Amino acid sequence: MTTLTVPTAQVQRTTHTLSRPTGFLTDTWTVLVRELTPKLRQPASMLFAMMQPLVFLALFAPLLPDVEGGSALQWFVPGIVVMTALMGASMTGADLTAEIRSGSHERLLVSPLSRPSLLVGRALKEVVPVLFQTAVILAVVTPFSFDLHLGGALVGSVIVSLFAIGLGALSFALATAAKEQDWVFWTVQQMLIFPLLLLSGVLLPLDGAPGWLRFLSDINPMTYVVEAARALFAGQFPADVVVSGFIAATAVAAVGVLVGVRTMERSN
Amino acid sequence: MTNHTHQQPVIRAQGLTKHFSRSKKTVEAVRGLDLEIHRGELVAFLGPNGAGKSTTLRMLTTLIPPTAGTAEVAGHDVVRDRAAVRRSIGYVGQGNAAAFIQRGRDELMSQARAHGIPRATAKARVDELLSAFDLAEHADRQVQTLSGGQRRRLDIAIGLLNHPEVLFLDEPSTGLDPQNRANLQDQIRRLHDDGTTIVLTTHYLEEADALAGRVIVIDHGLVIADDTAPRLKARLGDLVLLAFGTEADASAAATRAESGLASAVVERTGTQVSIRSPRGADTAPALAIDLAAHGTPAIRMEVRTPTLDDVFLDLTGRSLRESTESTDTTQTEGAAA
Repeated sequence: MTTLTVPTAQVQRTTHTLSRPTGFLTDTWTVLVRELTPKLRQPASMLFAMMQPLVFLALFAPLLPDVEGGSALQWFVPGIVVMTALMGASMTGADLTAEIRSGSHERLLVSPLSRPSLLVGRALKEVVPVLFQTAVILAVVTPFSFDLHLGGALVGSVIVSLFAIGLGALSFALATAAKEQDWVFWTVQQMLIFPLLLLSGVLLPLDGAPGWLRFLSDINPMTYVVEAARALFAGQFPADVVVSGFIAATAVAAVGVLVGVRTMERSN
Repeated sequence: MTNHTHQQPVIRAQGLTKHFSRSKKTVEAVRGLDLEIHRGELVAFLGPNGAGKSTTLRMLTTLIPPTAGTAEVAGHDVVRDRAAVRRSIGYVGQGNAAAFIQRGRDELMSQARAHGIPRATAKARVDELLSAFDLAEHADRQVQTLSGGQRRRLDIAIGLLNHPEVLFLDEPSTGLDPQNRANLQDQIRRLHDDGTTIVLTTHYLEEADALAGRVIVIDHGLVIADDTAPRLKARLGDLVLLAFGTEADASAAATRAESGLASAVVERTGTQVSIRSPRGADTAPALAIDLAAHGTPAIRMEVRTPTLDDVFLDLTGRSLRESTESTDTTQTEGAAA
């Protein structure tokens, strides 16, 4: 009897894989952990990334004029948070070109990880540091003329994160479309982030801007994200502003994932 | 889980077709491929670059959808049930599976997570593979610091992590030095001995010859031969080259050889006679004696047993070696596809 059971066990070993079905959240977590691991192994680089918005704040905030009925910092900080998210998320595809070239991206495409999880997980890799950066910024500015409203800041961060996931997915799509040509990725990325940034009113208010500039600002989804973040970080919950911000961020996220998955399917 | 008997093919393709449109032209990369591969086989797709080998592999591994036709891998349709196919297979591409900035062990663990393997099982499996591929001491180094051979071993370890029913390898030995190539072939052979079904593509004749139990020759997107290497070669037959003192001798010898040897292809050029026949090497000594006895002695004899290149030349009119060298520009087939 025992002589019969041994070979059977061996046959089963070779005919059944260890692989088990996984869900979207598990897959996204897998991708996120994989992306963050090399960073966590080099904490120094993380530390520098954390400092970056502080440097910007330190050099720019003293130039801010006094604002009527509130502190300039209160107006400026949420914009910096969204800007940090924009900068980080737009870089999502940067590492991808290297992975496309080396072959590790192809291995992930053949693995059971779902396409959307590859996008969202990778985008979240940039969101996580942004959330830490936000916490650092808030911790630093709160002792000065900035009132911390934790609830609002949390809701604001959720909206900013959604926006960043969408941008990250678009950045991923851009890298996929650029294939192995880094310069295409960098050219397009640089060409897009500055108009997005300036038209969103992060650095200067667009109240006195000419009509055409106001129009461009109005069709920039980032404008609504910035406005919602400003209100929320100040502890206010004006329904129209918050809802517009949420819709704009969700729309960017949905379009980003859709475009990203389609680009991925086509590029093969 | 699906129950497989050993008689059921683990890979089955019918009319598998892939067209690419490139600058308004349609490229027919694979043109109606039929295929049956059984459990435990070690199969090599042999053909020049751009023949459609990699495209076929990319369809079987769900990387690209076929334009027409169907394929099943491990009992799952490669279009309708991509997730199940991906869980059942291992894939070693032309590039490296592990990102250069990652550590080998981390990439093995991420592959385990991607396959939903519980942590404890995953850890044990990773250690098992690291020691099996002699990578244990390099596992915690960044992949970019590993040698080409070490990276290739890591690629295969990652491909094997989920204990796949079929392991696909796309040009596994490209870019390796001869020693690492030999090591790789040993490892592939060992996996095959353990019962893993292996499908690999190669444009190295020696590799297909030395490694595969079954060679599927692909050219211009079609299977043009499918058998074991010895049988492919035996079917072509050995080549016996004879030289004679005069054209008259050569002519008489050619006639005698043609009537004496069954299914021999005899050709005469001047004083040279070439005879292609099954088991030609075995019959050559008797033939030489016979010709001498009939007054047409050969003054020189050369016997060539066929290589797979001869098989390819016979089937296509081109040498695989030449087509490989001259079409190196189409190496982007995999990447662009």
